[in-house]
Amino acid sequence: MDFENWKGFEGGTWKKEINVRSFIKHNYTPYDGDESFLEGPTQDTIDLWEQVLDLSKQEREAGGVLDMDTKTISTITSHAPGYLNKEKERIVGFQTDKPFKRALMPYGGIRMAEKACKDNGYELDPEIKEFFTIHRKTHNAGVFDAYTPEMRACRSSHIITGLPDAYGRGRIIGDYRRVALYGVDRLIADKLEQKETTRSAMYSQVIQEREEISEQIRALQQLKEMAMSYGFDISLPAKDTKEAIQWLYFGYLAAVKEQNGAAMSLGRTSTFLDIYAERDLKNGVYTEKELQEMIDHFIMKLRLIKFARTPEYNQLFSGDPQWVTESIGGVAIDGRHMVTKMSYRYLHTLENLGAAPEPNLTVLWSLRLPENFKRFCAKISIETSSVQYENDDLMRFHHGDDYAIACCVSSMVVGKEMQFFGARANLAKCLLYAINGGVDEISGKQVAPEYRPITSEYLDYDEVMKRYDAMMEWLAGVYVNTLNIIHYMHDKYCYEKLQMALHDKKVTRWFATGIAGLSVVADSLSAIKYAKVKTIRDESGLVVDYEVEGDFPKYGNDDDRVDGIAYDIVHRFMTHIKKNHTYRDGIPTTSILTITSNVVYGKNTGATPDGRKKGEAFAPGANPMHRRDSHGAVASLASVAKLPFIDAQDGISNTFSIIPGALGKDDRIFAGDIEIDLDCSNGACGTPTLFEGLDTDE
Amino acid sequence: MTGYIHSKESFGTVDGPGIRYVLFLQGCPMRCLYCHNPDTWETGKGESITVDEVLSEFNKNRSFYSKGGITVSGGEPLLQVDFLTELFKKAKSGGIHTCIDTSGVTYNPENTAYIKKLDELMSFTDLVMLDIKQINSEKHKSLTGKDNAHILEFAKYLEQKKVPVWIRHVVVEGYSDDADDLVGLGEFIGGLKNLKALDVIPYHTMGITKYKAMGIEYPLEGMDSLPFQKAADAKKLILEGIKRVRK
Repeated sequence: MDFENWKGFEGGTWKKEINVRSFIKHNYTPYDGDESFLEGPTQDTIDLWEQVLDLSKQEREAGGVLDMDTKTISTITSHAPGYLNKEKERIVGFQTDKPFKRALMPYGGIRMAEKACKDNGYELDPEIKEFFTIHRKTHNAGVFDAYTPEMRACRSSHIITGLPDAYGRGRIIGDYRRVALYGVDRLIADKLEQKETTRSAMYSQVIQEREEISEQIRALQQLKEMAMSYGFDISLPAKDTKEAIQWLYFGYLAAVKEQNGAAMSLGRTSTFLDIYAERDLKNGVYTEKELQEMIDHFIMKLRLIKFARTPEYNQLFSGDPQWVTESIGGVAIDGRHMVTKMSYRYLHTLENLGAAPEPNLTVLWSLRLPENFKRFCAKISIETSSVQYENDDLMRFHHGDDYAIACCVSSMVVGKEMQFFGARANLAKCLLYAINGGVDEISGKQVAPEYRPITSEYLDYDEVMKRYDAMMEWLAGVYVNTLNIIHYMHDKYCYEKLQMALHDKKVTRWFATGIAGLSVVADSLSAIKYAKVKTIRDESGLVVDYEVEGDFPKYGNDDDRVDGIAYDIVHRFMTHIKKNHTYRDGIPTTSILTITSNVVYGKNTGATPDGRKKGEAFAPGANPMHRRDSHGAVASLASVAKLPFIDAQDGISNTFSIIPGALGKDDRIFAGDIEIDLDCSNGACGTPTLFEGLDTDE
Repeated sequence: MTGYIHSKESFGTVDGPGIRYVLFLQGCPMRCLYCHNPDTWETGKGESITVDEVLSEFNKNRSFYSKGGITVSGGEPLLQVDFLTELFKKAKSGGIHTCIDTSGVTYNPENTAYIKKLDELMSFTDLVMLDIKQINSEKHKSLTGKDNAHILEFAKYLEQKKVPVWIRHVVVEGYSDDADDLVGLGEFIGGLKNLKALDVIPYHTMGITKYKAMGIEYPLEGMDSLPFQKAADAKKLILEGIKRVRK
């Protein structure tokens, strides 16, 4: 196949099959220069952004929601086009017919949709409620039909928590670049061929596959229709940068019109789009100023993705996150780095539009990234605190050079791998269950099986570990099976048809699980092993508090005695997870990543043997517990770095803040290689600083 | 060989180039009025650590320190010169960048045995950060309890040994912010051929809590932290002095 709009692109496998990676590999231009080519915001950008800030202010004043749809069920084509200011917007498209209006998405669960309306002062149309209660089942209703009493008990005691059983699971990244590179007609043709080539014996997997492909084709047709309502025919490949961004964004927009997922990530689009930008710059189609303007407007749209959610949901995630994660940079398998001018343009939006948590701009960091880019990232981080970093050198080994991050840390090859999001198990509570024989320390209910509790006054390490291991094995079983139900029902009642239409036919499915409370567990076991931990019981004999006598090694100080315990716990839990059957041959992984929900998990967990009091927050992700890392940042990071990635391939997160000035003199972290001349140091050039490197005649 | 430390920092970013492993040694003969680490004064205390322990901790996380190295600070690190020498000797053989953050107060040209030791230590030292607290000896004495003669001689000694130096200067209102003194300081350090950088530090009050915890009186009670701009102005004057002698 060949298209006029591909003129000037180097050929490759990508012309014969749907293969965006091949297109990138053959056409991208690595950029080693610095940021001096970047352009500031245009007047239109400034005007639009002011309009957005004003709407944001109105939204805050209205209590968090400005407008909400209570009647129209959101689909790819449900709403008429919406604009901020049609004349000024280079990239267009909103989830509903106007900005800041949140859509109604009942397929995940009608009660959640109703509550999201009610808690924000709106009333769900009673006909919609009746329809989704009586005539059309939701994901949530399906899950609760199948849950066992044990699963429900685990859920209400919060030993398994944050489960996507009442809301969209998210964590799936459609390869939105395909829309731009191939146009939708070619993608439909590909899907039709996939449908023709399924197996012909109709067992349940094949039936499911055929039904899903049909849904995908329908979604692609709706995508075309939606784009047409904005005046764009996206059946053919995009012809320039502006169209490429617009086509790609329509793909993403269709996904967020259809799904209110816990994380709706974008993928890895910057280097892909740079190929169009380089072609246009070369042919004089657009100037740098115009290209930056398009990117600014695109990023502005991504900042305005909104969902209808409940206060509890926002409490769990400490805000109203969408996780529009975009992965930038990294290194290719052939050894070239993948930083392009577009990588700079994306990050530069944080300067042109100001700092923002969304989209979650994530740099795939490698030691081999160009020095200029590293410095630019450092500068933007210091200025905006808005950049996330992930270890490309670690992930490239497993996922190659065309993976992206979903949510905060989940890596998956774009268009070839997807994930069944599985929230997390509270391993700190599990330790308390091991001590209390399966009785919940807060409710007093028997949640886990009645294993023998620990009856001694002081805790013995070997005894606790034996009980704990057995309790983890039980927990892993009930946890994986709960997830099996959730993903079966999500596929059945709330299938991500548009996102999956932008995947290959044969998709690798990661079966994600998660761990909460790792540092609490590591420190607790360390306290039991290296100090003395006395149990404090209530009148029924239940251990409700602990007294630690003496000091003990604490996770976060690069001390192998306790870091080894953390490693061991991750590995053991993963081993137990792997013993279980997983839905659709999902490959089990786990993550240690509670970035914000650690507060809520801590609230629902009793006192722990490390001296943490009942209800106190856990540390986020794989972080050491608050103020227990006393040997500086490297020691703290080194402890985290010892955790086994092979067992926690879904990601290990470490939330890290640095106060101004702590990154070297005047926060110039590359101190020691500064060259200045004495004339400049009189304050004539730039900001005054207190540190000067001096050229000295030798 | 064992050293006595007050504490260690695995992510030092202000005590030398790059990210550094910093050892704060216990013991100091100076009693600077603005000292923010009074808990490092007393000698004969502190946690013991061997040279091999330091190097093994450093090497374990060496990838973090690719552009940095080891800095020994204090207290006054040159009180434990034998420990430093063995540490730096082994560090240099392992290709590690070495740096001493010192007041120079222990220098004494009369003490030949000590100079001999210093000579050896300097052969393993990549950088000295020398804190010159006052160029005026009288004022130096009232600020620190000691005059500055040996400190300035130490600076000359380092020049002769060709050891690169960064000069640090803490600006304290009324004690070390006089314009003539600052220009004078610039003229002195401008004459040093081994000068690589100047680091001007505004006085801050973060030490007060330590004095309270230790139950001792804080000498600069009531003095506010120095505003950034005043330190920047002071730096300008020092650079002015440097330029005077260099033109």
